[in-house]
Amino acid sequence: MTAPTISDLAQTEQGTSLWQDAWLRLRRNRLALIGLIILILFIFIAAATPWIAPYGYAQQNLELGASPPSAAHWLGTDIFGRDLLTQIMFGGRISLAVGFIATAVALLIGITWGAVAGYMGGRLDAAMMRLVDIIYALPFMIFIILLMVIFGRNMLLLFLAIGAVEWLTMARIMRSQVQSLRQQEFVEAAVSLGLPTVTIIRRHLIPNALGPIIVYTTLTVPSVMLLEAFLSFLGLGVQPPETSWGLLISYGAESMEEYPWLLFFPGLALTLTLFSLNFLGDGLRDALDVRSAKD
Amino acid sequence: MLKVQNLSISFVTRIGVNKAVDNVSFSVEPGKITAIIGESGSGKSVACCSLLGLIPSPPGIIENGRALFDGIDLLKLSEAQLQKIRGSDIAMVFQDPMTCLNPYMTIGDQLTESLRYHQKARRKEARQRAVELLQEVGIREPASTIDDYPHQFSGGMRQRVMIAMALINEPKLLIADEPTTALDVTIQSQILQLLADIQKQRNIGILFISHDLAVIADIADQIIVMQEGKVVETGTRSDIFHNPQHLYTRKLLAAIPTDCKQATLPKSEPLIEIRDLCTWFQRDKAPLKAVDGVSFDIYRGEVLGLVGESGSGKSTIGRSILRLVNVTRGQVIFDGLNITALGPRELKKLRSRMQFIFQDPFASLNPRMTVYETLAEPLLLHGIEDRSTVSTSVLRLMDNVGLARSFARKYPHEFSGGQRQRIAIGRALATRPEFVVADEPVSALDVTIQAQILTLMQELGREYGLTMLFISHDLAVVRQLADRIVVLQAGKVVEQASSVNLFSQPQTTYTRQLLQSIPGRGLLKSKIAHD
Repeated sequence: MTAPTISDLAQTEQGTSLWQDAWLRLRRNRLALIGLIILILFIFIAAATPWIAPYGYAQQNLELGASPPSAAHWLGTDIFGRDLLTQIMFGGRISLAVGFIATAVALLIGITWGAVAGYMGGRLDAAMMRLVDIIYALPFMIFIILLMVIFGRNMLLLFLAIGAVEWLTMARIMRSQVQSLRQQEFVEAAVSLGLPTVTIIRRHLIPNALGPIIVYTTLTVPSVMLLEAFLSFLGLGVQPPETSWGLLISYGAESMEEYPWLLFFPGLALTLTLFSLNFLGDGLRDALDVRSAKD
Repeated sequence: MLKVQNLSISFVTRIGVNKAVDNVSFSVEPGKITAIIGESGSGKSVACCSLLGLIPSPPGIIENGRALFDGIDLLKLSEAQLQKIRGSDIAMVFQDPMTCLNPYMTIGDQLTESLRYHQKARRKEARQRAVELLQEVGIREPASTIDDYPHQFSGGMRQRVMIAMALINEPKLLIADEPTTALDVTIQSQILQLLADIQKQRNIGILFISHDLAVIADIADQIIVMQEGKVVETGTRSDIFHNPQHLYTRKLLAAIPTDCKQATLPKSEPLIEIRDLCTWFQRDKAPLKAVDGVSFDIYRGEVLGLVGESGSGKSTIGRSILRLVNVTRGQVIFDGLNITALGPRELKKLRSRMQFIFQDPFASLNPRMTVYETLAEPLLLHGIEDRSTVSTSVLRLMDNVGLARSFARKYPHEFSGGQRQRIAIGRALATRPEFVVADEPVSALDVTIQAQILTLMQELGREYGLTMLFISHDLAVVRQLADRIVVLQAGKVVEQASSVNLFSQPQTTYTRQLLQSIPGRGLLKSKIAHD
């Protein structure tokens, strides 16, 4: 027998991983794909806004006042004569950042917390999950207001506060996933190999539980963005001259009857994002379902 | 009675058209048991389910063929017409008696349901009829147990209820789809006997679907062998067993484990000593004593068979030795070290010296890791190889367990059951352990694959100088591999002896009972006599 070399490995057939398979199926789902493209486009625009925005975001034209869409201002202007397209682009930066960063925070805490609780079981699990229950029981608004009062109004804090609430459901989903996975023989096999607990959770449990988590993530991002809109609407979130979609909508709602475009366009941007995320979430759920991999 | 002619069924999926049943013809005569034998994927179940309109369509399409039942073509009937025949003229018994009974209905209600639907029987008559039937299928005190719920019955009893349910409308044909596969050997032999009795008393036709030739060796009159959707051989029982024509039939016959390993081992010192081992699981009131005061030794280099029915605690013993479950009391001494007293760090060091091979190759591999990653993990973990040299070892390991090297980067779901079990064996042997616990490693596999895996384990056992604890409910399999056998019943050791002695001179009634339940026993004897 000749000794095998690394080059032998290079010649091996490439398997289709579940992720590749999921991507193949996602690609066939037109709605999900459109959602993905819209999202990427929005993120790209948000990132490039300071360079491509038609006007400065604080640039006013009081003489012009609120004007309907025109050649100079594609989406019209607000009562201070600020360009609405510019406002929406800058607002998108904040809304998307809140949405994705808060969700990322929630993911990080939720997955770790849930996986550890689910795998360890017993008293640790009971203690960890009771804590989750307690935070769940706290009225969300009071929690946020408290944070704002103690630490002052701060963008980063907003991200953290929202993330600190959203991770609870993540942790619960993760825990139930891990609890059922823990019974599987491949986890027992990992234990009998002598793998350390951290490695078992990281390599064997989390990757197998990600399907439902990813789907739930795409549902969390829109709910976080709505939350930010709600907080800003109440004056607890973003403050002028900075702006977000939620804030734009709340101002637009005030002058809905005279200047409907001020409500319509920010609303459209938010709705498009939410739809895209929901379609993508639906698509991902179907694509990651292993049972449908066989048809 | 039933004549199937040129039946072809395809499943159309996005990958392509899969011809599950290809031009199959067979007939079932009244008063006879006809068995269809084939491995998973051979189309045997699909062919039979299609007769009752039970294949999902789409994707299933019956392409052509006829199935004449008393002159009526079943395949041409409408759903409403089929419903009249289903459960009344033709009845079915399924594999898993737990999932086929509604847990929220008493068995009496479930039994009489179809009677009241098909024959418009009155409640009282129906109940009377049901009690008689339960008596006939061997349920004790049917007049009172008829009001029990399915979970109050054991697996074997549930299967009897299922059979009673199938018989209640006096069918002319009974289709039994692997009716004993989920049962213990002793229960299996009782159910087989029951089916044979019923067939004689009622003079009905039985179509018996099975993957295992040995199971039907004592009861079938006619045997149909299927492979990849085609009928490869049809014949009477003695034709098939004594004069098989087709290569595949011969292969199936050869796969029935019949040899007995002769003890050749000189007595060595014990590698593992188990003393008064108790593993109890905490339950609401009394603890479940899964393992209750078990003591035995495993000698260096031997294969020790651990035999018992489900619930006898055999798997728990295997898991206790490796500390995969917590031991309640007693000692497991591995090479002079008391495992039950070890801390996590010492235990981890020991893990590379003892490994576990699991029953279900579908559940025991991480679906998100390639073969390469799965096999490399233990090597890297225990520092046997480092990143630069690990691929050489992984590929050599793949050679040893008979996996093509080109599969290295494939994922578990791309493999068949037998191949997956090879991966699992490779993972267990990666660290070159001295001791391996194999928990029913072949019982989830088809018979021919089973034979291959057993051979592989025998070869690797010799090559690696393994000491093995081989756990199985199947005595025929154990006998082929084990030097000595320990028989368990309800968490206690009933008997231990060398394989040869256990089979020739069983000491306890329980062992005798187990031996008598081995399916195809007669066949076994005749084959041995032949040699």
